[in-house]
Amino acid sequence: MLSVVGASCGSDEKGAAATSTGDVTVFAAASLTAAFTEIGDAFMAANPDAKVTFNFAASSELVTQIGEGAPADVFASADMGNMRKLTDAGNNATAPQVFATNSLAIIVNPGNPKGIVGVADLADENLILVVCAPEVPCGKYAAQIFESAGVTVTPKSLEENVKAVVSKVTLGEADAGIVYTTDVKAAGAKAAGVEIPADINVVAEYPIAVTKEAANVRGAQAFIDFVNGAQAQKILASCGFLAP
Amino acid sequence: MSRGRGSRVRLPAPVLGLAVVALLFFALPLIGLLWRAPWSNAWGYLTEGDARAALRLSLICSLWATLLSVVFGVPLAWLLARVEFPGRGAVRALCTLSMVLPPVVGGVALFFALGRRGLVGQYLDRWFDVRLPFTTAGVVVAQTFVAMPFLIITVEAALRQLDQRVEDASRTLGASPWYTFRRVTLPAIRPALVAGAVLAWARALGEFGATITFAGNFPGTTQTMPLAVYLALESNPEQAIVLALLLIAISFAVLVGLRDRWFGRSDRSSTTVLA
Repeated sequence: MLSVVGASCGSDEKGAAATSTGDVTVFAAASLTAAFTEIGDAFMAANPDAKVTFNFAASSELVTQIGEGAPADVFASADMGNMRKLTDAGNNATAPQVFATNSLAIIVNPGNPKGIVGVADLADENLILVVCAPEVPCGKYAAQIFESAGVTVTPKSLEENVKAVVSKVTLGEADAGIVYTTDVKAAGAKAAGVEIPADINVVAEYPIAVTKEAANVRGAQAFIDFVNGAQAQKILASCGFLAP
Repeated sequence: MSRGRGSRVRLPAPVLGLAVVALLFFALPLIGLLWRAPWSNAWGYLTEGDARAALRLSLICSLWATLLSVVFGVPLAWLLARVEFPGRGAVRALCTLSMVLPPVVGGVALFFALGRRGLVGQYLDRWFDVRLPFTTAGVVVAQTFVAMPFLIITVEAALRQLDQRVEDASRTLGASPWYTFRRVTLPAIRPALVAGAVLAWARALGEFGATITFAGNFPGTTQTMPLAVYLALESNPEQAIVLALLLIAISFAVLVGLRDRWFGRSDRSSTTVLA
């Protein structure tokens, strides 16, 4: 939605890997925008004859697009549920592999003016809280967190994607939201984060697979291998992702 | 402009061919939806979850947006059509800006104007304790913002075509400007006014981007039908199709119904081509 995502997460690793060929089209979850853009550049630097094109959108939208015949070679999802939708429809060529995990955090205005220290503070009815809708992964995770914490909240809005939650907080219209740790990092100085303790937090797994209709299977597999490699994992870590 | 049903118009073959292509272009996506619709449990999808609340909210908000568009849009159209002032072209462009603005950007612009940190919104918040984002009123504001230009353009065009001597005659016969506006000008532009209002209503009913950005999405408060359809696409695409078809059916019925009711059967001329 808004340009809350920087193009880079600050890693400046250089390196080389095996060579691969051709155009690779990668359909990736919106939360991977910064990390995958950088990984794509590194992949093309290591494979001068390769060209990576990205389509970033909500994982569920990408599954629908692939199901309708969109030309994807690789699909990287922000949750297992949407990857399962793809594999249930038989639209994958390789078994999904988890390449990263993400945790959730509370995003607040810079300087944390409302003094939020934990999930329990979000129950305040005077607080303008926005979370993702239960239909999308970040909303499902937020609901799980509130349940584990035993906290009842009254959100003002159930956003259709996590970036919409981020922009409502960075624009100052909302006081707090539940987003991925990586989103807090990507928002930079426009927002601050409050950690959610591990015992009530959720580990979101990011799986990746070659699609059934892939036009460039070799290139697709090379890209996935690259994502699992040391250089790409370092970029993912610099964006706030955790190892699988 | 032929009147009466008996007269036959001969269309040149290329015109007819292109017209048919245009018609198919509009009809095919609708047929696609009908084709994919899960007819066997359509009723279940309609009554499931927040669908009814969304429909109710959509109808209420779009009618409010239409009313506000008429109340404020007609005077503005009159100003643009009748009063010469420097920079009128620029003002006219400004009034239609929200038609070309991507709706999501429109929603963000509304934040900057009316949000709690916005130019005006911060004072609404501080002095009157009024907050528009995340409220039903915010939905009406977002819909009015994108819908009103349709009314302004239609009504302004009609006012420009209107023979001003009729208004002059009314005034020379002793009628006040307000009386003339109400009893002469408004009736004369009625078809355009209705057409503009219907266009604005249709635009408000389908509004998505500005609404979800400025008013957010909460069932019963700000979740209108287009938002419900979009979210249903995430989890339950079949329900999304059913909800979309319901929205289409309602708009279709209103557009067809209004046409017969307001434009009559013989009056099919010039500016009132709609539905």
